Amino acid sequence: MPRDDGIGAAVRRKEDFRFITGRGSYTDDLNRPGQAFAAFLRSPHAHARVDSINVSPAMAVEGVVAVYTGQDLADAGVNGLPCGWQVHSKNGEPMAEPAHPALAQGKVRHVGDAVAVVIAESRTAARAGAEALEVAYTPLPAIPNMKSAKGAVATVHDDVTNNQCYDWELGDEAEIDAALAASAHQVTLSLVNNRLVPNPMEPRVAIGDFDHASGEHTLYTTSQNPHVIRLLMGAFVLGLPEHKLRVVAPDVGGGFGSKIFHYAEEAVVTWAAAKLRRPVKWTSDRSEAFMTDAHGRDHETTVTLGLDADGKFNALKVITDANMGAYLSTFAPCVPTYLYATLLAGQYTTPKIYAGVRAWFTNTVPVDAYRGAGRPEATYVVERIVEEAARQIGVDPAELRKRNFIAPDAFPYPTPVALEYDSGNYAGTLDKAMAAVDYANFKSRQAASKAAGKLRGIGFSAYIEACGIAPSAVVGSLGARAGLYESGAVRVHPTGSVTFYTGTHSHGQGHETTFAQVIAERLGVPIDNVDVVHGDTNKIQFGMGTYGSRSLAVGGSALAKALDKVEAKAKKIAAHLMEASADDVEFKDGQFTVAGTDKSVGFGDVALTAYVPHNFPHDELEPGLEEQAFYDPANFTFPAGCHICEVEIDPDTGRTEIVNFVAADDFGNIVNPMIVEGQVHGGIAQGVGQALLEGCLYDGDGQLMTGSYMDYCMPRADDLPNFKVETQVTPCPHNPLGVKGCGEAGAIAAPAAVMNAVTDALRSAGVSKPIDMPATPSKIWSALNGA
Amino acid sequence: MPSVSMTINGKKVLGEVEARTLLVDFIREDQRLTGTHVGCDTSQCGACVIHINGEAVKSCTMLAVQANGAEITTIEGLANGDELHPMQEAFRDNHGLQCGFCTPGMIMSAVALAKRNSAPSEKEVRHYLEGNLCRCTGYHNIVKSVIAGARAMS
Repeated sequence: MPRDDGIGAAVRRKEDFRFITGRGSYTDDLNRPGQAFAAFLRSPHAHARVDSINVSPAMAVEGVVAVYTGQDLADAGVNGLPCGWQVHSKNGEPMAEPAHPALAQGKVRHVGDAVAVVIAESRTAARAGAEALEVAYTPLPAIPNMKSAKGAVATVHDDVTNNQCYDWELGDEAEIDAALAASAHQVTLSLVNNRLVPNPMEPRVAIGDFDHASGEHTLYTTSQNPHVIRLLMGAFVLGLPEHKLRVVAPDVGGGFGSKIFHYAEEAVVTWAAAKLRRPVKWTSDRSEAFMTDAHGRDHETTVTLGLDADGKFNALKVITDANMGAYLSTFAPCVPTYLYATLLAGQYTTPKIYAGVRAWFTNTVPVDAYRGAGRPEATYVVERIVEEAARQIGVDPAELRKRNFIAPDAFPYPTPVALEYDSGNYAGTLDKAMAAVDYANFKSRQAASKAAGKLRGIGFSAYIEACGIAPSAVVGSLGARAGLYESGAVRVHPTGSVTFYTGTHSHGQGHETTFAQVIAERLGVPIDNVDVVHGDTNKIQFGMGTYGSRSLAVGGSALAKALDKVEAKAKKIAAHLMEASADDVEFKDGQFTVAGTDKSVGFGDVALTAYVPHNFPHDELEPGLEEQAFYDPANFTFPAGCHICEVEIDPDTGRTEIVNFVAADDFGNIVNPMIVEGQVHGGIAQGVGQALLEGCLYDGDGQLMTGSYMDYCMPRADDLPNFKVETQVTPCPHNPLGVKGCGEAGAIAAPAAVMNAVTDALRSAGVSKPIDMPATPSKIWSALNGA
Repeated sequence: MPSVSMTINGKKVLGEVEARTLLVDFIREDQRLTGTHVGCDTSQCGACVIHINGEAVKSCTMLAVQANGAEITTIEGLANGDELHPMQEAFRDNHGLQCGFCTPGMIMSAVALAKRNSAPSEKEVRHYLEGNLCRCTGYHNIVKSVIAGARAMS
């Protein structure tokens, strides 16, 4: 009988007790003795020269301890923020990589750009000090969007005269143009992938601390990857060696990508704490978050699909402009290139694909990875054009997809855009989703809606993603300035309980439960006897953190490897105790046995023997039972599936209601189905938010128009339906747990499903011109009324 | 500075606060009850919901001095010793939380709803919770939790 706390069980989460009782420990809940508080003065201008900063009025505010400007940081040798990925343009030139100072030096380049920091005895005094600072700005012409960037009427950076970060391509444009020209059908769409604000519910917080006795710096921060922050901030910004820099990311209230990156405030409080010899705490408010947390998406794309007379895809051409914002955030350059164009094959056998991507600087908040990071943008392009093609050539959209799917027996499948898909069964998830949504009876539901004066539409999204990021050698060759392996250490204690130290980070994903289930299954110990530790560079050996749905596929693989080592050593100890050969020892359900005998010894006895080694093979083994492993993946993993959305539009108001949303996903093996479902729900909600509600807007002067929850439309409980979520299991063939990753699927798949449904509904009313996300009531009403 | 006194989670507390101090800051900073969270600055997110004299209130919308003499319950005071409140149990049983940041406010709102309506429909729950933002769960399992918790409370 399977364990009720092992792999495959819907175990209640171990971490929940502290969260439901208000005993979580988020960064803002921490207070260091004697701490001071930091407030940042932020630019009200999109683009301006900073002529002078008069700090005297701020210093005169009661309680203000210090004021620092960009000049102070430069004088102290503090460097700008580094970018972790270098992309080369198609002409071989490296991307433009302008300086990214932690505090502005001479110029501000977006609303919210930090000009100075005020440190005071209280949060209110720090804010009063920031308000009192006198800054003389000369406003400069702003570049509020990519159209303006291309016109180059002004430059965001003096050393990037055309505002272009890079002009990159994948594929042979002339060859793809020829293939398109030879196609029986050509279908083209222009699409906008709207700019989003990630909005984890916990705003960012950073506390710097310095121990004068040991010389150790500590940064407590809301991060998805504390070791990465330690490396970036220590080695590149502040010049601090790893052994004197500790980064702690305790409970973190959501991230969705926005807490991957190294932010200026982290470096400033760490530096200031050492300078002032006292802890310095900064807590972002939501308004600051809107203008400083890296944004997501913001692509403008033209896509053309060529099909032969039978509806087989011949060629795909994608031209995309991607907004980088004012500076390069940590991983920004790879998002619209290697995480995007490489997924443009989708689930299909399209033999020829070309992607041209131009990235632009604008006077807006930097744009970087947000849940899905490039893959939602790719899926949106592929699934919108496939559905459009189906409608235009008059083939059922499910049927057209099936004609072009990569067959289940074609794996491993090399795509024309540089990836090798590991495994999949795309018709399987399409069929599951069609059954769940009752596709067969859609037409009658549509007719019923019509009779009631409503417009009903249905839309598919057969997505694929590359997760389990990533083989270090591959990403290194593509410009990553880091490896992307993961580490894990299994410490078996003398009485058989276990602590697992992982380099991944949980900020809602439930690692403390999922990893513990893997250990319970493997070692036969109850899950209550297993603890999972993450988020502290002084406790964890090393780690690359959590993003790209990598934790179980990469971090779980490191765990599996460490468990292999634990089991191998434990078997030798058990063999010694049972006076048998280790080769004859079997281990199952927490018991070591010798084949063909009644000899048996429990895991707890072996653990105790390892630490009280009175009767122990000292000539062969060291005492103790603790093993560590690093795992560098052999390939990405390729979760895939099909989401189908059904909407009903009220033509009088333009309001869209999602009346049915089904997801059929293939994540490979599943450790905790309850957690996986929850991840899918959350992802779908963010995808629906992008499609119908959310959009970050700047006006023509580069002012942020959507800077609070009063203006930026977050999905609320009454905006969303319940979701039907199903899974299919096609194990990953190249990692030990056979898992693929589930964290981003919803956000990747949902936007295209929703927009295809909206488009279908509008088409039923004779409106064939597609609208862009978010499909607000105003846009839909205007489309229906020819406005 | 004005002095305030109130009962929080059954315990009488006294404090001196600046007149402009928000109740949520008094709870978090002065009383060190950090289960009540701050997720926005426009009274939109609901992470700071507590009970004042039995009513669910966003504690960022009130000054601490306005709560003088009030009976306050925060998430820390919801359980009866080691025995979880049925709504807390329901959130754990139904995976009604992920990162946990919105959870205290969500649970406090849900308890207030359940006291008013012991068998809320899915639609009623969704409507009632529109003042509480969650970015992780997509609300699906929160709604399930609230319905189950309300049933368990009645």
